Amino acid sequence: MSAKGKKIVEVENLSVGYGNNLVLKDINFTVNTGDIFGILGDSGAGKSTLLKHMIGLYNPFSGDVKIFGESIVNCAEYEKNKLMRSFGVTYQGGALLGSMTVGENIALPIETYTDLNKTDILKRIKEKLALVDLVGTEDVMPSELSGGMKKRAGLARALALNPSLLFFDEPSAGLDPITSVELDELLSRLRDQFNTTIVIVTHELASIFGITDTIIMLSKDAKTMVAEGDPKELREKSTSPWVHDFLNRQEHNKAKQNIKYETGDFL
Amino acid sequence: MQKTLKPNPFVDMVDKIGGAADTIGRDFYFFVCFLGLLLKATKDIIRHPGKLRIKDMLYYMDLCGSQAVPIVLCICYLMGVILGFQFALQAQKVGAEIYVADGVGFSILKELGPFMVAIISTGRAGSAFAAEIGTMKVNEEISALQTMGFSPVGFLVVPKLLAMLLTMPILIVFGDFAGLLGGFTVGVTMMDLTPVAYIDRTFEVLLPSTLTMGVLKGLVFATIISLVGCMRGFQSTSDAQGVGRSTTSAVVTSIFLVVVADAILTRLYTMWGY
Repeated sequence: MSAKGKKIVEVENLSVGYGNNLVLKDINFTVNTGDIFGILGDSGAGKSTLLKHMIGLYNPFSGDVKIFGESIVNCAEYEKNKLMRSFGVTYQGGALLGSMTVGENIALPIETYTDLNKTDILKRIKEKLALVDLVGTEDVMPSELSGGMKKRAGLARALALNPSLLFFDEPSAGLDPITSVELDELLSRLRDQFNTTIVIVTHELASIFGITDTIIMLSKDAKTMVAEGDPKELREKSTSPWVHDFLNRQEHNKAKQNIKYETGDFL
Repeated sequence: MQKTLKPNPFVDMVDKIGGAADTIGRDFYFFVCFLGLLLKATKDIIRHPGKLRIKDMLYYMDLCGSQAVPIVLCICYLMGVILGFQFALQAQKVGAEIYVADGVGFSILKELGPFMVAIISTGRAGSAFAAEIGTMKVNEEISALQTMGFSPVGFLVVPKLLAMLLTMPILIVFGDFAGLLGGFTVGVTMMDLTPVAYIDRTFEVLLPSTLTMGVLKGLVFATIISLVGCMRGFQSTSDAQGVGRSTTSAVVTSIFLVVVADAILTRLYTMWGY
Protein backbone atom coordinates (compact mmCIF):
# COMPACT_ATOMS: atom_id res chain seq x y z
CA MET A 1 0.00 0.00 0.00
CA SER A 2 1.34 3.40 -0.90
CA ALA A 3 2.10 5.70 2.00
CA LYS A 4 0.99 8.65 -0.09
CA GLY A 5 -1.43 10.91 1.72
CA LYS A 6 -0.06 10.43 5.22
CA LYS A 7 0.71 13.68 7.02
CA ILE A 8 4.46 14.09 7.35
CA VAL A 9 4.77 17.78 8.29
CA GLU A 10 2.09 19.63 10.24
CA VAL A 11 2.35 23.34 10.84
CA GLU A 12 -0.18 24.56 13.38
CA ASN A 13 -0.95 28.22 14.17
CA LEU A 14 2.67 29.15 13.68
CA SER A 15 3.82 32.72 14.29
CA VAL A 16 7.47 33.42 13.60
CA GLY A 17 9.94 36.29 13.59
CA TYR A 18 13.23 37.58 14.94
CA GLY A 19 13.61 39.48 18.21
CA ASN A 20 10.45 41.56 18.55
CA ASN A 21 9.81 41.62 14.82
CA LEU A 22 6.88 39.44 13.79
CA VAL A 23 7.40 38.16 10.26
CA LEU A 24 4.53 35.68 9.82
CA LYS A 25 1.46 34.77 11.86
CA ASP A 26 -1.23 32.10 11.89
CA ILE A 27 0.42 29.72 9.47
CA ASN A 28 -1.40 26.40 9.10
CA PHE A 29 -0.73 23.69 6.56
CA THR A 30 0.21 20.05 6.22
CA VAL A 31 2.58 18.29 3.87
CA ASN A 32 1.69 14.76 2.82
CA THR A 33 4.02 11.88 2.09
CA GLY A 34 5.40 11.87 -1.43
CA ASP A 35 4.38 15.46 -2.14
CA ILE A 36 6.56 18.17 -3.54
CA PHE A 37 5.35 21.11 -1.50
CA GLY A 38 6.22 24.68 -2.46
CA ILE A 39 6.46 27.73 -0.23
CA LEU A 40 6.04 30.74 -2.47
CA GLY A 41 5.86 34.45 -1.79
CA ASP A 42 7.16 37.88 -2.64
CA SER A 43 10.60 39.03 -1.56
CA GLY A 44 10.79 39.56 2.19
CA ALA A 45 7.58 37.61 2.81
CA GLY A 46 9.39 35.26 5.18
CA LYS A 47 9.74 32.09 3.09
CA SER A 48 13.22 31.20 4.34
CA THR A 49 12.28 32.37 7.85
CA LEU A 50 9.36 29.95 7.84
CA LEU A 51 11.60 27.15 6.62
CA LYS A 52 14.20 27.83 9.33
CA HIS A 53 11.47 27.62 11.97
CA MET A 54 10.06 24.45 10.44
CA ILE A 55 13.41 22.68 10.64
CA GLY A 56 13.98 23.73 14.24
CA LEU A 57 16.76 26.28 13.78
CA TYR A 58 14.69 28.93 15.54
CA ASN A 59 11.93 28.80 18.10
CA PRO A 60 8.63 30.30 16.93
CA PHE A 61 6.71 32.98 18.84
CA SER A 62 3.79 30.58 19.08
CA GLY A 63 2.34 27.52 17.41
CA ASP A 64 3.81 24.14 16.64
CA VAL A 65 5.56 22.19 13.89
CA LYS A 66 5.21 18.43 13.87
CA ILE A 67 7.50 16.31 11.75
CA PHE A 68 6.64 12.61 11.48
CA GLY A 69 4.04 13.34 14.16
CA GLU A 70 6.59 14.66 16.67
CA SER A 71 6.83 18.30 17.72
CA ILE A 72 10.14 19.93 16.86
CA VAL A 73 9.17 22.96 18.95
CA ASN A 74 8.12 21.44 22.25
CA CYS A 75 10.71 18.75 22.79
CA ALA A 76 13.96 18.21 24.68
CA GLU A 77 17.15 19.16 22.88
CA TYR A 78 18.35 15.59 22.35
CA GLU A 79 14.96 14.69 20.87
CA LYS A 80 15.19 17.71 18.60
CA ASN A 81 18.65 16.64 17.42
CA LYS A 82 17.34 13.15 16.78
CA LEU A 83 14.40 14.55 14.85
CA MET A 84 16.70 16.83 12.83
CA ARG A 85 18.68 13.81 11.69
CA SER A 86 15.54 12.24 10.26
CA PHE A 87 15.27 14.78 7.45
CA GLY A 88 17.67 16.42 5.02
CA VAL A 89 18.13 20.12 4.42
CA THR A 90 19.75 21.79 1.43
CA TYR A 91 20.59 25.46 1.74
CA GLN A 92 20.68 28.20 -0.88
CA GLY A 93 24.42 28.02 -1.47
CA GLY A 94 24.82 24.34 -0.63
CA ALA A 95 26.36 25.16 2.78
CA LEU A 96 29.12 22.62 2.27
CA LEU A 97 31.81 22.77 4.93
CA GLY A 98 34.60 24.61 3.13
CA SER A 99 37.43 22.84 4.95
CA MET A 100 36.34 19.40 3.74
CA THR A 101 36.16 17.78 0.33
CA VAL A 102 32.79 16.98 -1.18
CA GLY A 103 33.27 13.32 -0.20
CA GLU A 104 34.13 14.22 3.39
CA ASN A 105 31.06 16.46 3.56
CA ILE A 106 28.82 13.59 2.54
CA ALA A 107 30.67 11.15 4.78
CA LEU A 108 30.26 13.36 7.86
CA PRO A 109 26.70 12.35 8.86
CA ILE A 110 27.25 8.77 7.70
CA GLU A 111 30.37 8.32 9.85
CA THR A 112 28.69 9.92 12.84
CA TYR A 113 25.29 8.28 12.79
CA THR A 114 25.77 4.87 11.17
CA ASP A 115 27.95 1.84 11.83
CA LEU A 116 29.00 1.50 8.22
CA ASN A 117 32.64 0.59 7.56
CA LYS A 118 34.92 2.66 5.33
CA THR A 119 34.18 0.63 2.19
CA ASP A 120 30.44 0.96 2.64
CA ILE A 121 30.75 4.68 3.40
CA LEU A 122 32.72 5.18 0.19
CA LYS A 123 30.10 3.20 -1.69
CA ARG A 124 27.32 5.37 -0.20
CA ILE A 125 29.21 8.56 -1.13
CA LYS A 126 29.60 7.42 -4.75
CA GLU A 127 25.96 6.36 -4.86
CA LYS A 128 24.75 9.76 -3.62
CA LEU A 129 27.04 11.65 -5.96
CA ALA A 130 25.80 9.56 -8.89
CA LEU A 131 22.24 10.39 -7.88
CA VAL A 132 22.94 14.11 -8.22
CA ASP A 133 25.11 13.73 -11.35
CA LEU A 134 28.37 14.61 -9.64
CA VAL A 135 30.32 11.41 -10.21
CA GLY A 136 34.05 11.77 -9.54
CA THR A 137 33.89 14.88 -7.37
CA GLU A 138 34.61 13.13 -4.07
CA ASP A 139 38.03 14.72 -3.69
CA VAL A 140 37.09 18.16 -4.95
CA MET A 141 36.96 21.07 -2.52
CA PRO A 142 33.64 22.98 -2.42
CA SER A 143 35.41 26.18 -3.53
CA GLU A 144 36.21 24.49 -6.85
CA LEU A 145 32.54 23.79 -7.66
CA SER A 146 30.10 26.00 -9.54
CA GLY A 147 26.94 27.30 -7.84
CA GLY A 148 24.74 24.57 -9.30
CA MET A 149 27.25 21.86 -8.42
CA LYS A 150 27.46 23.14 -4.85
CA LYS A 151 23.68 22.87 -4.53
CA ARG A 152 23.73 19.33 -5.91
CA ALA A 153 26.61 18.37 -3.61
CA GLY A 154 24.63 19.86 -0.71
CA LEU A 155 21.68 17.76 -1.84
CA ALA A 156 23.89 14.66 -1.89
CA ARG A 157 24.91 15.39 1.70
CA ALA A 158 21.29 15.97 2.70
CA LEU A 159 20.46 12.55 1.21
CA ALA A 160 23.38 10.82 2.94
CA LEU A 161 21.23 9.22 5.63
CA ASN A 162 18.46 8.30 3.15
CA PRO A 163 15.86 10.66 4.61
CA SER A 164 12.26 10.38 3.52
CA LEU A 165 11.78 14.13 3.96
CA LEU A 166 13.83 16.85 2.34
CA PHE A 167 13.76 20.62 2.75
CA PHE A 168 15.28 22.72 -0.01
CA ASP A 169 15.80 26.47 0.31
CA GLU A 170 15.71 28.25 -3.05
CA PRO A 171 16.84 25.44 -5.36
CA SER A 172 16.86 27.72 -8.41
CA ALA A 173 18.35 30.87 -6.89
CA GLY A 174 21.41 32.08 -8.78
CA LEU A 175 21.26 29.32 -11.38
CA ASP A 176 20.92 29.61 -15.14
CA PRO A 177 17.57 28.36 -16.53
CA ILE A 178 19.01 25.07 -17.84
CA THR A 179 20.71 24.14 -14.56
CA SER A 180 17.58 25.22 -12.75
CA VAL A 181 15.40 22.89 -14.82
CA GLU A 182 17.93 20.07 -14.32
CA LEU A 183 17.71 20.55 -10.56
CA ASP A 184 13.91 20.53 -10.72
CA GLU A 185 14.04 17.28 -12.69
CA LEU A 186 16.38 15.83 -10.10
CA LEU A 187 13.92 16.67 -7.32
CA SER A 188 11.07 15.10 -9.29
CA ARG A 189 13.18 12.00 -9.85
CA LEU A 190 13.93 11.75 -6.13
CA ARG A 191 10.24 11.85 -5.35
CA ASP A 192 9.34 9.34 -8.03
CA GLN A 193 12.14 6.87 -7.25
CA PHE A 194 12.22 7.02 -3.47
CA ASN A 195 8.85 8.54 -2.56
CA THR A 196 10.78 11.34 -0.87
CA THR A 197 8.64 14.18 0.42
CA ILE A 198 10.16 17.49 -0.61
CA VAL A 199 9.45 20.96 0.75
CA ILE A 200 10.93 23.71 -1.38
CA VAL A 201 11.11 27.43 -0.81
CA THR A 202 11.18 29.32 -4.06
CA HIS A 203 10.00 32.34 -5.96
CA GLU A 204 10.58 30.66 -9.35
CA LEU A 205 7.21 30.17 -10.99
CA ALA A 206 8.69 27.72 -13.48
CA SER A 207 9.69 25.42 -10.59
CA ILE A 208 6.35 25.91 -8.89
CA PHE A 209 4.31 24.95 -11.95
CA GLY A 210 6.86 22.37 -13.07
CA ILE A 211 7.24 20.16 -10.04
CA THR A 212 5.09 21.09 -7.05
CA ASP A 213 1.87 19.32 -6.11
CA THR A 214 0.74 21.82 -3.51
CA ILE A 215 1.86 25.31 -2.59
CA ILE A 216 1.23 27.92 0.02
CA MET A 217 1.65 31.59 -0.80
CA LEU A 218 3.01 34.05 1.73
CA SER A 219 2.43 37.77 1.55
CA LYS A 220 4.78 40.35 2.98
CA ASP A 221 1.97 42.86 3.48
CA ALA A 222 -0.49 40.45 5.09
CA LYS A 223 2.30 38.78 7.13
CA THR A 224 0.58 35.44 6.70
CA MET A 225 -0.28 32.81 4.12
CA VAL A 226 -2.86 34.00 1.65
CA ALA A 227 -3.42 30.89 -0.43
CA GLU A 228 -2.97 27.15 -0.37
CA GLY A 229 -3.59 24.53 -2.99
CA ASP A 230 -2.65 23.14 -6.37
CA PRO A 231 -0.54 25.83 -8.11
CA LYS A 232 -2.27 25.47 -11.49
CA GLU A 233 -5.71 25.64 -9.91
CA LEU A 234 -4.69 28.70 -7.91
CA ARG A 235 -3.41 30.36 -11.05
CA GLU A 236 -6.70 29.84 -12.84
CA LYS A 237 -9.30 29.97 -10.11
CA SER A 238 -7.95 32.05 -7.25
CA THR A 239 -10.35 34.79 -6.22
CA SER A 240 -7.57 36.76 -4.54
CA PRO A 241 -6.37 39.46 -6.97
CA TRP A 242 -2.88 39.40 -5.44
CA VAL A 243 -2.53 35.62 -5.81
CA HIS A 244 -3.99 35.74 -9.31
CA ASP A 245 -1.67 38.61 -10.25
CA PHE A 246 1.37 36.97 -8.74
CA LEU A 247 0.84 33.63 -10.42
CA ASN A 248 -0.28 34.99 -13.77
CA ARG A 249 1.45 38.26 -14.47
CA GLN A 250 4.99 36.94 -14.17
CA GLU A 251 4.03 33.93 -16.23
CA HIS A 252 2.62 36.25 -18.92
CA ASN A 253 5.79 38.32 -18.88
CA LYS A 254 7.83 35.18 -19.26
CA ALA A 255 5.63 34.04 -22.14
CA LYS A 256 6.12 37.40 -23.86
CA GLN A 257 9.87 37.16 -23.41
CA ASN A 258 9.86 33.68 -24.94
CA ILE A 259 7.94 34.92 -27.97
CA LYS A 260 10.35 37.81 -28.44
CA TYR A 261 13.29 35.47 -28.09
CA GLU A 262 11.92 33.02 -30.63
CA THR A 263 11.21 35.72 -33.20
CA GLY A 264 14.54 37.43 -32.64
CA ASP A 265 12.61 40.53 -31.73
CA PHE A 266 13.93 40.78 -28.20
CA LEU A 267 16.47 43.49 -28.99
CA MET B 1 6.83 75.76 12.06
CA GLN B 2 8.76 72.69 13.06
CA LYS B 3 10.60 73.06 16.32
CA THR B 4 14.17 71.77 16.37
CA LEU B 5 15.31 70.16 19.58
CA LYS B 6 18.59 71.43 21.00
CA PRO B 7 21.08 68.61 21.63
CA ASN B 8 21.38 67.99 25.33
CA PRO B 9 24.90 66.74 26.23
CA PHE B 10 23.66 65.16 29.44
CA VAL B 11 20.93 63.19 27.67
CA ASP B 12 23.43 62.14 24.99
CA MET B 13 25.86 60.96 27.64
CA VAL B 14 23.17 58.99 29.51
CA ASP B 15 22.05 57.51 26.18
CA LYS B 16 25.59 56.41 25.34
CA ILE B 17 26.18 54.94 28.80
CA GLY B 18 22.85 53.10 28.57
CA GLY B 19 23.74 51.77 25.12
CA ALA B 20 27.15 50.60 26.30
CA ALA B 21 25.65 48.92 29.38
CA ASP B 22 23.09 47.18 27.17
CA THR B 23 25.84 45.91 24.84
CA ILE B 24 27.93 44.67 27.78
CA GLY B 25 24.85 43.00 29.31
CA ARG B 26 23.99 41.25 26.04
CA ASP B 27 27.63 40.18 25.56
CA PHE B 28 27.70 38.76 29.06
CA TYR B 29 24.44 36.88 28.53
CA PHE B 30 25.73 35.51 25.22
CA PHE B 31 29.01 34.52 26.87
CA VAL B 32 27.24 32.64 29.68
CA CYS B 33 25.12 30.75 27.11
CA PHE B 34 28.21 30.09 24.98
CA LEU B 35 30.15 28.82 28.01
CA GLY B 36 27.25 26.53 28.95
CA LEU B 37 27.20 25.04 25.44
CA LEU B 38 30.98 24.65 25.52
CA LEU B 39 30.89 22.81 28.86
CA LYS B 40 28.14 20.56 27.53
CA ALA B 41 30.10 19.85 24.35
CA THR B 42 33.29 19.20 26.35
CA LYS B 43 31.45 16.77 28.64
CA ASP B 44 30.05 15.03 25.57
CA ILE B 45 33.54 14.70 24.05
CA ILE B 46 35.00 13.39 27.32
CA ARG B 47 32.27 10.73 27.38
CA HIS B 48 32.71 9.94 23.67
CA PRO B 49 36.32 10.81 22.74
CA GLY B 50 35.66 9.61 19.20
CA LYS B 51 33.62 12.77 18.64
CA LEU B 52 36.70 14.97 18.96
CA ARG B 53 37.72 16.17 15.50
CA ILE B 54 41.40 15.32 15.79
CA LYS B 55 42.14 16.23 12.16
CA ASP B 56 40.75 19.72 12.76
CA MET B 57 42.68 20.02 16.02
CA LEU B 58 45.95 19.14 14.25
CA TYR B 59 45.17 21.71 11.56
CA TYR B 60 44.70 24.42 14.19
CA MET B 61 47.82 23.29 16.07
CA ASP B 62 49.73 23.85 12.86
CA LEU B 63 48.01 27.19 12.19
CA CYS B 64 48.31 28.58 15.70
CA GLY B 65 51.50 26.79 16.71
CA SER B 66 54.12 25.80 14.18
CA GLN B 67 53.24 28.53 11.67
CA ALA B 68 53.55 31.14 14.42
CA VAL B 69 57.04 30.07 15.53
CA PRO B 70 59.06 32.36 13.18
CA ILE B 71 57.14 35.53 14.12
CA VAL B 72 57.21 34.61 17.83
CA LEU B 73 60.99 34.07 17.71
CA CYS B 74 61.53 37.30 15.79
CA ILE B 75 59.36 39.54 17.98
CA CYS B 76 60.48 38.05 21.29
CA TYR B 77 64.13 38.29 20.26
CA LEU B 78 63.67 41.98 19.41
CA MET B 79 61.79 42.48 22.66
CA GLY B 80 64.80 40.98 24.49
CA VAL B 81 67.12 43.33 22.61
CA ILE B 82 64.97 46.39 23.46
CA LEU B 83 64.76 45.41 27.11
CA GLY B 84 68.51 44.72 27.16
CA PHE B 85 69.19 48.22 25.81
CA GLN B 86 66.97 49.88 28.39
CA PHE B 87 68.38 47.88 31.30
CA ALA B 88 71.91 48.45 30.04
CA LEU B 89 71.47 52.23 29.97
CA GLN B 90 70.29 52.27 33.58
CA ALA B 91 72.72 49.63 34.84
CA GLN B 92 75.74 51.43 33.35
CA LYS B 93 74.99 54.47 35.53
CA VAL B 94 75.62 52.48 38.71
CA GLY B 95 78.13 50.02 37.34
CA ALA B 96 75.77 47.07 37.70
CA GLU B 97 75.96 45.74 34.15
CA ILE B 98 75.59 42.11 35.16
CA TYR B 99 72.08 42.82 36.42
CA VAL B 100 70.95 43.23 32.83
CA ALA B 101 70.64 39.44 32.84
CA ASP B 102 68.30 39.65 35.86
CA GLY B 103 66.14 42.38 34.35
CA VAL B 104 65.81 40.80 30.94
CA GLY B 105 65.35 37.29 32.33
CA PHE B 106 62.59 38.14 34.79
CA SER B 107 60.80 40.53 32.46
CA ILE B 108 60.75 38.07 29.60
CA LEU B 109 59.92 34.90 31.52
CA LYS B 110 57.36 36.38 33.87
CA GLU B 111 55.66 39.00 31.70
CA LEU B 112 56.73 39.84 28.21
CA GLY B 113 57.27 36.34 26.82
CA PRO B 114 53.73 35.12 27.59
CA PHE B 115 52.23 38.53 26.84
CA MET B 116 53.87 38.97 23.44
CA VAL B 117 52.96 35.43 22.43
CA ALA B 118 49.39 36.16 23.51
CA ILE B 119 49.30 39.33 21.40
CA ILE B 120 50.71 37.50 18.37
CA SER B 121 48.22 34.65 18.87
CA THR B 122 45.36 37.13 19.13
CA GLY B 123 46.34 38.63 15.79
CA ARG B 124 46.87 35.27 14.14
CA ALA B 125 44.49 32.79 15.77
CA GLY B 126 41.80 34.88 17.46
CA SER B 127 41.04 36.88 14.34
CA ALA B 128 41.18 33.73 12.17
CA PHE B 129 38.69 31.94 14.45
CA ALA B 130 36.25 34.86 14.36
CA ALA B 131 36.52 35.28 10.59
CA GLU B 132 36.20 31.56 9.95
CA ILE B 133 33.11 31.06 12.09
CA GLY B 134 31.59 34.34 10.87
CA THR B 135 32.03 33.28 7.25
CA MET B 136 30.56 29.87 8.03
CA LYS B 137 27.56 31.68 9.44
CA VAL B 138 27.20 33.74 6.26
CA ASN B 139 27.42 30.56 4.16
CA GLU B 140 24.83 28.81 6.36
CA GLU B 141 27.40 26.14 7.27
CA ILE B 142 26.54 26.60 10.96
CA SER B 143 22.84 26.03 10.19
CA ALA B 144 23.81 22.97 8.15
CA LEU B 145 25.76 21.56 11.09
CA GLN B 146 22.78 22.14 13.38
CA THR B 147 20.34 20.44 11.04
CA MET B 148 22.71 17.48 10.75
CA GLY B 149 22.40 17.17 14.53
CA PHE B 150 25.88 18.43 15.39
CA SER B 151 26.61 20.94 18.13
CA PRO B 152 28.38 23.81 16.33
CA VAL B 153 30.19 24.65 19.54
CA GLY B 154 31.46 21.10 20.00
CA PHE B 155 32.31 20.79 16.33
CA LEU B 156 34.05 24.12 15.87
CA VAL B 157 35.18 25.46 19.24
CA VAL B 158 36.56 22.45 21.11
CA PRO B 159 39.28 21.59 18.51
CA LYS B 160 40.37 25.24 18.38
CA LEU B 161 40.47 25.56 22.17
CA LEU B 162 42.45 22.33 22.62
CA ALA B 163 44.88 23.31 19.86
CA MET B 164 45.52 26.65 21.52
CA LEU B 165 45.90 25.09 24.98
CA LEU B 166 48.46 22.66 23.60
CA THR B 167 50.46 25.06 21.45
CA MET B 168 50.50 28.26 23.50
CA PRO B 169 52.77 26.95 26.31
CA ILE B 170 55.22 25.61 23.72
CA LEU B 171 55.19 28.93 21.88
CA ILE B 172 55.86 30.72 25.16
CA VAL B 173 58.92 28.56 25.80
CA PHE B 174 60.19 29.42 22.31
CA GLY B 175 59.42 33.10 22.91
CA ASP B 176 61.18 33.07 26.28
CA PHE B 177 64.27 31.51 24.75
CA ALA B 178 64.34 34.10 21.94
CA GLY B 179 63.87 36.95 24.41
CA LEU B 180 66.71 35.72 26.60
CA LEU B 181 68.85 35.47 23.50
CA GLY B 182 68.05 39.10 22.68
CA GLY B 183 69.18 40.20 26.14
CA PHE B 184 72.27 38.03 25.82
CA THR B 185 73.13 39.71 22.50
CA VAL B 186 72.99 43.17 24.07
CA GLY B 187 74.82 42.05 27.24
CA VAL B 188 77.70 40.48 25.32
CA THR B 189 78.04 43.03 22.50
CA MET B 190 77.34 46.30 24.33
CA MET B 191 78.19 45.68 27.95
CA ASP B 192 81.44 43.80 27.47
CA LEU B 193 80.09 40.94 29.56
CA THR B 194 81.51 37.53 28.75
CA PRO B 195 78.99 35.00 27.40
CA VAL B 196 79.76 32.65 30.28
CA ALA B 197 79.19 35.36 32.90
CA TYR B 198 75.87 36.36 31.33
CA ILE B 199 74.62 32.79 31.04
CA ASP B 200 75.80 31.92 34.57
CA ARG B 201 73.97 34.93 35.98
CA THR B 202 70.83 34.07 34.04
CA PHE B 203 70.77 30.50 35.36
CA GLU B 204 71.58 31.74 38.84
CA VAL B 205 68.60 34.04 39.14
CA LEU B 206 65.98 32.33 37.00
CA LEU B 207 64.32 29.32 38.60
CA PRO B 208 62.29 26.64 36.83
CA SER B 209 59.25 28.05 38.64
CA THR B 210 59.80 31.43 36.95
CA LEU B 211 59.44 29.74 33.58
CA THR B 212 56.54 27.56 34.72
CA MET B 213 54.49 30.45 36.07
CA GLY B 214 54.86 32.32 32.80
CA VAL B 215 53.89 29.25 30.83
CA LEU B 216 50.84 28.74 33.06
CA LYS B 217 49.73 32.26 32.20
CA GLY B 218 49.73 31.06 28.62
CA LEU B 219 46.96 28.56 29.38
CA VAL B 220 44.73 31.37 30.62
CA PHE B 221 45.59 33.54 27.62
CA ALA B 222 44.95 30.64 25.21
CA THR B 223 41.51 30.10 26.73
CA ILE B 224 40.65 33.80 26.46
CA ILE B 225 41.85 34.16 22.86
CA SER B 226 40.13 31.06 21.52
CA LEU B 227 36.84 31.60 23.35
CA VAL B 228 36.60 35.29 22.48
CA GLY B 229 37.55 34.61 18.84
CA CYS B 230 34.95 31.85 18.49
CA MET B 231 32.27 33.75 20.39
CA ARG B 232 32.67 36.84 18.24
CA GLY B 233 32.42 34.61 15.17
CA PHE B 234 29.10 33.21 16.39
CA GLN B 235 27.92 36.74 17.18
CA SER B 236 28.73 37.92 13.67
CA THR B 237 25.84 39.13 11.56
CA SER B 238 25.32 37.30 8.28
CA ASP B 239 27.05 39.77 5.98
CA ALA B 240 30.60 40.62 4.93
CA GLN B 241 30.77 43.76 7.08
CA GLY B 242 29.48 41.76 10.04
CA VAL B 243 32.38 39.32 9.66
CA GLY B 244 34.81 42.24 9.53
CA ARG B 245 33.32 43.79 12.64
CA SER B 246 33.39 40.51 14.55
CA THR B 247 37.05 39.96 13.61
CA THR B 248 38.04 43.43 14.81
CA SER B 249 36.00 42.97 17.95
CA ALA B 250 37.65 39.59 18.61
CA VAL B 251 41.11 41.14 18.50
CA VAL B 252 40.23 44.20 20.60
CA THR B 253 38.30 42.21 23.22
CA SER B 254 41.00 39.53 23.44
CA ILE B 255 43.80 42.05 23.92
CA PHE B 256 41.82 43.86 26.59
CA LEU B 257 40.98 40.65 28.46
CA VAL B 258 44.54 39.34 28.14
CA VAL B 259 45.85 42.54 29.75
CA VAL B 260 43.25 42.31 32.52
CA ALA B 261 44.05 38.63 33.10
CA ASP B 262 47.77 39.38 33.11
CA ALA B 263 47.32 42.08 35.73
CA ILE B 264 45.25 39.75 37.94
CA LEU B 265 47.68 36.84 37.54
CA THR B 266 50.70 39.04 38.26
CA ARG B 267 49.01 40.25 41.45
CA LEU B 268 48.17 36.68 42.46
CA TYR B 269 51.71 35.45 41.75
CA THR B 270 53.11 38.31 43.83
CA MET B 271 50.79 37.39 46.68
CA TRP B 272 51.97 33.78 46.47
CA GLY B 273 55.59 34.93 46.57
CA TYR B 274 56.61 34.32 42.94
